[in-house]
Amino acid sequence: MGNMASKGQLANSGTRLGGDGKAIKPSNVVTNGPYAEIKEMITGIIVVKAGDINEATEIAKGCPILNAGGSVEVRNIIPIGAN
Amino acid sequence: MQEKELIPYLYRTEFRKITAVLCRSLGIEHISIAEDLVGDTFLLAAETWGLKGIPQNPAAWLYTVAKNKAKDLLKRNTLFSQKISPQIQYATYDKNEIEIDLSVQNIQDSQLQMMFAICYPGIPPEAQIGLSLRILCSFSIDEIADAFLTNKETINKRLYRAKEKLKQDNVKIELPSENEIDKRIENVLTTLYLLFNEGYYSSNNNAVLRKDLCLEAMRLTHMLTENETTNKPAVTALLALMCFHASRFEARVDSDGELILYEDQDISLWNRELILQGERYLNKASTGDYLSKYHWEAAIAYWHTTTNNEKQKWEKILSLYNQLLITEYSPIAALNRTYALSKVYGNEEAIVEAEKLKLDNNHLYHCLLGELYSEVDIQKAIEHLLQALKISRVAADKKVIKNKISKLGKLKNV
Amino acid sequence: MIYRSEPMGEIKLTPEGNLEISKEWENWMGGIAAQNKLVSPGMRLGNEGRTVKPGNIVTNGPYAEVKEIVGGLSIFRAESIEDALELAKSCPMLNVPDGSVEIRDIIQMNG
Repeated sequence: MGNMASKGQLANSGTRLGGDGKAIKPSNVVTNGPYAEIKEMITGIIVVKAGDINEATEIAKGCPILNAGGSVEVRNIIPIGAN
Repeated sequence: MQEKELIPYLYRTEFRKITAVLCRSLGIEHISIAEDLVGDTFLLAAETWGLKGIPQNPAAWLYTVAKNKAKDLLKRNTLFSQKISPQIQYATYDKNEIEIDLSVQNIQDSQLQMMFAICYPGIPPEAQIGLSLRILCSFSIDEIADAFLTNKETINKRLYRAKEKLKQDNVKIELPSENEIDKRIENVLTTLYLLFNEGYYSSNNNAVLRKDLCLEAMRLTHMLTENETTNKPAVTALLALMCFHASRFEARVDSDGELILYEDQDISLWNRELILQGERYLNKASTGDYLSKYHWEAAIAYWHTTTNNEKQKWEKILSLYNQLLITEYSPIAALNRTYALSKVYGNEEAIVEAEKLKLDNNHLYHCLLGELYSEVDIQKAIEHLLQALKISRVAADKKVIKNKISKLGKLKNV
Repeated sequence: MIYRSEPMGEIKLTPEGNLEISKEWENWMGGIAAQNKLVSPGMRLGNEGRTVKPGNIVTNGPYAEVKEIVGGLSIFRAESIEDALELAKSCPMLNVPDGSVEIRDIIQMNG
């Protein structure tokens, strides 16, 4: 992350998500624990600045979670600003 | 104009101008000296004009006298500091040429710079407003005490402490740099808005004073729009907001000085000119890529000036309050949003939303619930209004609440 | 809260490039904001996507082991997870095909 910050690519320092959770589905069905339709859960989010998604993907390749068998999802952001 | 009225009039318009320029020349540590100097100038005017008659150009006379007094002071100080005290430094002095520039441009610039210096986050808001009234609006200490419903000593103490803090923190009298300006201007706008609200929501009985405060706030906000550096969309939005609020000045208070609520106001007393002015400013403000909370508030105020399509109006207002709250929370916005929601979705749903707000210590919260329950459960409505009455500390508000309670009481007994 | 649903196709934008928000979402978020429980409206995640797996394996599209993809997230302030659940129950995402809301607590990382 220090690497990214020094290159001016970091937009925020990121957020880690805790292990507890609840998931809600329609008709208010509530299940305990993080969303578990799939075995991997989301552990964190970080916002970066990049020219396009390919550039962002290059940055993602350096994420340490890949060394732990995890994966990184890269998505473009649409701000929920004011109209 | 009669000499008797002339000097107070000139005091109002010129004191602030000359003081601002002198503060800049003498430095932030010497604001009091600047004030005294200008005060002395007016005293001299009062003495001499009575005897020798009013000069051809009274303002120019004042400027010349003030300039000379300042130059004398600086000259004396140069000698003083050379010989005695190197610690007391005046901001600008040059042995050869001491110039106090009282041109229109420098007067304008100095006032703007003083505005930023005074609206300094390091001093409490009431002090910022107090200093603004003194330095930027030429208010006397008595008038400021009146505005705050307190006494001279309190104000003097407040202003003294504020000036000491400005000195201590070495606040610069200058316009902020490009990358600082957005943040600093936020603070200035907060102070100007507070100043406006002092007049608008004041519990002070002096209607003329209240209007004065609003007009001064508007004048200062307008000054910001006249300078390229400070002319930000948020400023114009705030100006629009003030215009819309001010347009209802005549309709808000009846001949006994009692508050008339929005729904009960005589629309013909709304100032159409101010509404149009507000619309023009709102349009102008809709540029740039950042919508400040003042944009939302101005838009909401705009919709309150329309009266033709009730359903659309309240839907718009609800949507705008949503956006405002998503941008920045405030209890008042939360309450007003709930009121708008009741207009769109009915009282029952609004009551559910209102009870989630948990603002039990706020008398307006209970007023709102009183209003919402009045068509649904009169007993509950009265309970809330009684609670509001208990908590409220403003006489005018208490009166309105009492009226509502008696109206409901009559309904109950019918 | 993390929002998931079946991929929803084109995402409408306002002229300023922000997400065009529906009345339901606006009312829901506004209601939470009115309770002083909104920290950030957050963001909608767009349709462009890449998934990076160990060994530098990159696939196109959002992460899609199942048909629902992550549509966005917002940050709220709640006393407890139950409190957050109350807020989530009226989320418009639950009215959308395969929509769901996941609530997670946040651990702030220092930059």
